[in-house]
Amino acid sequence: MDKSFSLWPTQASKQALHVDLFYIFMLAVTAFFTLLIAGLVVFFAVKYRRREGAPPPEKFENVKLELVWTIVPLLISVVMFVWGAKLVVASSKPPENALEIHVIGKQWMWHVQHSNGRREINELTVPVGRPVKLTMQSQDVIHSFFIPAFRCKQDVVPGRFSYLWFEPSEPGEYHLFCAEYCGLQHSGMIGKVKVLPQADYERWLSMSPAGEESMQVAGAKLFSQYGCATCHSQQGPSMAGLYGSERVVWSGTPDKEQKVIADDNYLRESILYSKAKIVKGYSPALMPTFQGLLTEENVSQLIAYIKTVGKDAKLGNEMTPGGRMQDLLPPRPEMKSRNSDSEKRDYK
Amino acid sequence: MTTIPVNPELTSPLPLGRKGPSYLDISFTVKSWLLTLDHKRIAILYLLSMTALFIVGGAFATMMRLELTTPQGDFVKAEAYNKLFTMHGVTMVFFFLIPSVPATLGNFLVPLMIGARDLAFPRINLASWYLFIIGAAFTLAAMFAGGVDTGWTFYTPYSSVYSNSQVALAVVGIFITGFSSVLTGLNFIVTVHKMRAPGMTWFRLPLFIWSNYAAALIMVLGTPVISITMVLVAVERLFGVGIFDPANGGDPVLFQHMFWFYSHPAVYIMVLPAFGVISELMAAFSRKPVFGYKVVAFASLAIALLSFVVWGHHLFTTGQSVYAALVFSVLSFLVGIPTAIKVFNWTFTMYKGSVSLETPMLFALGFLGIFTLGGLTGLFLAAVGLDIHLHDTYFVVAHFHYVMVGGVVLAFMGGLHYWWPKITGRMYNEFWGKMSAILIFFGFNLTFFPQFILGYLGMPRRYYAYASEFQVLNILSSAGASILASGYLLPGIYLAYSFVKGPKAGDNPWGAKGLEWQTSSPPPVENFKKMPIVTEDCYNYPLVDPHDLQPEDRLIDSTTKDDDKLKEQVKDKLS
Ligand code: HEM
Ligand SMILES: [Cu+2]
Repeated sequence: MDKSFSLWPTQASKQALHVDLFYIFMLAVTAFFTLLIAGLVVFFAVKYRRREGAPPPEKFENVKLELVWTIVPLLISVVMFVWGAKLVVASSKPPENALEIHVIGKQWMWHVQHSNGRREINELTVPVGRPVKLTMQSQDVIHSFFIPAFRCKQDVVPGRFSYLWFEPSEPGEYHLFCAEYCGLQHSGMIGKVKVLPQADYERWLSMSPAGEESMQVAGAKLFSQYGCATCHSQQGPSMAGLYGSERVVWSGTPDKEQKVIADDNYLRESILYSKAKIVKGYSPALMPTFQGLLTEENVSQLIAYIKTVGKDAKLGNEMTPGGRMQDLLPPRPEMKSRNSDSEKRDYK
Repeated sequence: MTTIPVNPELTSPLPLGRKGPSYLDISFTVKSWLLTLDHKRIAILYLLSMTALFIVGGAFATMMRLELTTPQGDFVKAEAYNKLFTMHGVTMVFFFLIPSVPATLGNFLVPLMIGARDLAFPRINLASWYLFIIGAAFTLAAMFAGGVDTGWTFYTPYSSVYSNSQVALAVVGIFITGFSSVLTGLNFIVTVHKMRAPGMTWFRLPLFIWSNYAAALIMVLGTPVISITMVLVAVERLFGVGIFDPANGGDPVLFQHMFWFYSHPAVYIMVLPAFGVISELMAAFSRKPVFGYKVVAFASLAIALLSFVVWGHHLFTTGQSVYAALVFSVLSFLVGIPTAIKVFNWTFTMYKGSVSLETPMLFALGFLGIFTLGGLTGLFLAAVGLDIHLHDTYFVVAHFHYVMVGGVVLAFMGGLHYWWPKITGRMYNEFWGKMSAILIFFGFNLTFFPQFILGYLGMPRRYYAYASEFQVLNILSSAGASILASGYLLPGIYLAYSFVKGPKAGDNPWGAKGLEWQTSSPPPVENFKKMPIVTEDCYNYPLVDPHDLQPEDRLIDSTTKDDDKLKEQVKDKLS
């Protein structure tokens, strides 16, 4: 982190360059028109100042001139709009291979959890040159995750998941701010983003302190602890292949069907407010609501687990109630090595 | 140094309202002021109460800038700072900027400029001032009861559930003040439709009237939405109903939609009447009609209508869909076009004119420079891709201060100085007037320009302590604020002095066109002793014959109450 005074923010993501180029264009247009108006104002004020014997003011109308200053701003606006639109469209979808990291914002700290279970408070460690996708939740009020050096920002709204992705391009340490006013210590809700070279990052990730378990494992434990498995292997809908699939549901009246994609927000809603959307063919009385029983973090862990079930249908089908759950899960060290293996593959 | 009226021979002896006392002289009792139905006195009531509130809001700002000279919070604590910026924003936006031009200058001038005796509903006008005062009292009570720490935007669920401060009192104050705004808007609309003098056609209306009319439309259509929103916040706070709080099944972003549906148009409630002032000043001090009169008039209406469809540009980072963001972005750019047209039209009003740089004109020219930069930086925020980085940083703070403080307050000051001789019958000291205009212009730029840079560097807004590399620019900003403050204080002194001891101004010290300059200064209670008839377009400069200004033959004795007779008299005169 460069602590010295400067007039330009550090550029540390792939996106930053594109935002800066657009900004420079906007600055040029702004400087041109501000100087033009200021110049004209001073020039006219001097040239036509009121004096004895000066010719009386003349009426002056000129339609052509008016057309010019209507059409020119219009054209410039079109350029600005298209350029600005291209930037957002380009950055709206995270790449498939993005590394997924979970973030929870709460008054007044950022709580980060990596998929292997490694946790950080007010710090986010990421590898250079690899797209990173953040899946974010808020536990209380609206926060906003802002990394100026990456030129990216996303509000974290309670009650739903928000996503943000970026691709760090320079190793180093950068500011992480909360940009949405969130109460007393809003200006203290800051942290650091550490961008490490890939090898350092892997070493850092594997040095997970004892006692941390991956999100999937934690999720699987919750799944059995809360008795989810009792139903979801028999009467209830199976978790196998659920994530990302299309579900036919109804809310309120059974004849009003609706198709939804089973994404994070759908899963979250189905866990916390199970009566909101009922999958076709099931009774609303079947599943209890878990509102108040599970924290946002628990929900994220459950979803992380459900995702793996989605990928590995066999695991889901074989699900049985009770203690046998644990047997189905690979022991923790193996899990971790499998994770870092797949990450290694993704680098190339 | 005393003031010399611009053109002494133009202030010829007054044919009108000679004998009757002026609205200021008619009675001096407190009751005669507090129960007055005269739009001019009500305007003065507003002017005094709003000046007081401006001072309160300014004091908060001073403390904030003091705090921000060092990166650690060592002048006030986080809690105090959060309350300061909230009360600064609430007072300045709801109790100064929104009512400023319409309630003071507009109240005073709308009837005078269209040749009417008063607004359409004088009692409602008085009631709206009382509502304003009651609303302000509630909000100030919230301050004394411990303050509010939500920011003037009251974002939920922080405001409705989490904040431990006097949110309910403050939003009730804003709710009540909203009615004041709706009533003023209604009064203006009906007055402009129904009370114009004979011959005052729509396209002879001064641009100040056009822009206040457009703003009145927004007040009537938009204000109920903010009122409902504020009530909902209070209801959720007091009764725990889940409207905005997701823990109770509410939607926190719904609040932002409702809030900005009013609050973006609201920036045009502030800025359109300011545009009207600038049009009048540019015409009067260039002795020329405003370039492209009709285009400027229609641009006001276009801005008023478009302003209702751009609120979503405040929500680009909330997780809005890309398509929604693109639609709001393109619409926001569209509002920029009529605004750009206006700036060029004002500038070219000076072309081949007879320009004099009196105090009001200095304010108007300062407005042109500052507003141009304010408007252009709005384009940065309208461009989605760039707003993502700039949103909720100091760039936004700089942008809206350029538009609202630079734009609206400069126009308000210019208008106040321009019509001061009409309002009080006295002249102020021209040297100190110019001093104030210059101090404000430089102080303002030094205060807010560094904030654009701070914003791009990434300093978020509403921070009471910040990273140390931002300090240099913050110190510049605080230094500018002290110059700006002295620029604002000066008029308080020399205008008060002028009110008591200033030289008599004459009825038309600037040699300006417009019906308001054709009656005495200060005007009689009934505005015009005889009914004016309008036979020419507004700003019909040059003033070839000074007697043009006092066209006895264009006034008729309106003592008759018989409408038909009046119409006949008018017909006779006009033929
Ligand atoms: C004409 C008078 C204007 C006024 C009084 C005004 C006022 C404001 C205010 C108060 C904000 C701050 C919102 C906050 O508290 O976060 C703001 C933001 C914004 N303004 Fe303006 N504005 C004006 C003109 C414009 C124009 C012409 C444009 C676009 C062409 C524009 C685009 C924006 C955008 C997109 C934002 C949102 C920025 C953000 O929150 O990141 N404004 N404006
Ligand atoms: Cu926060």
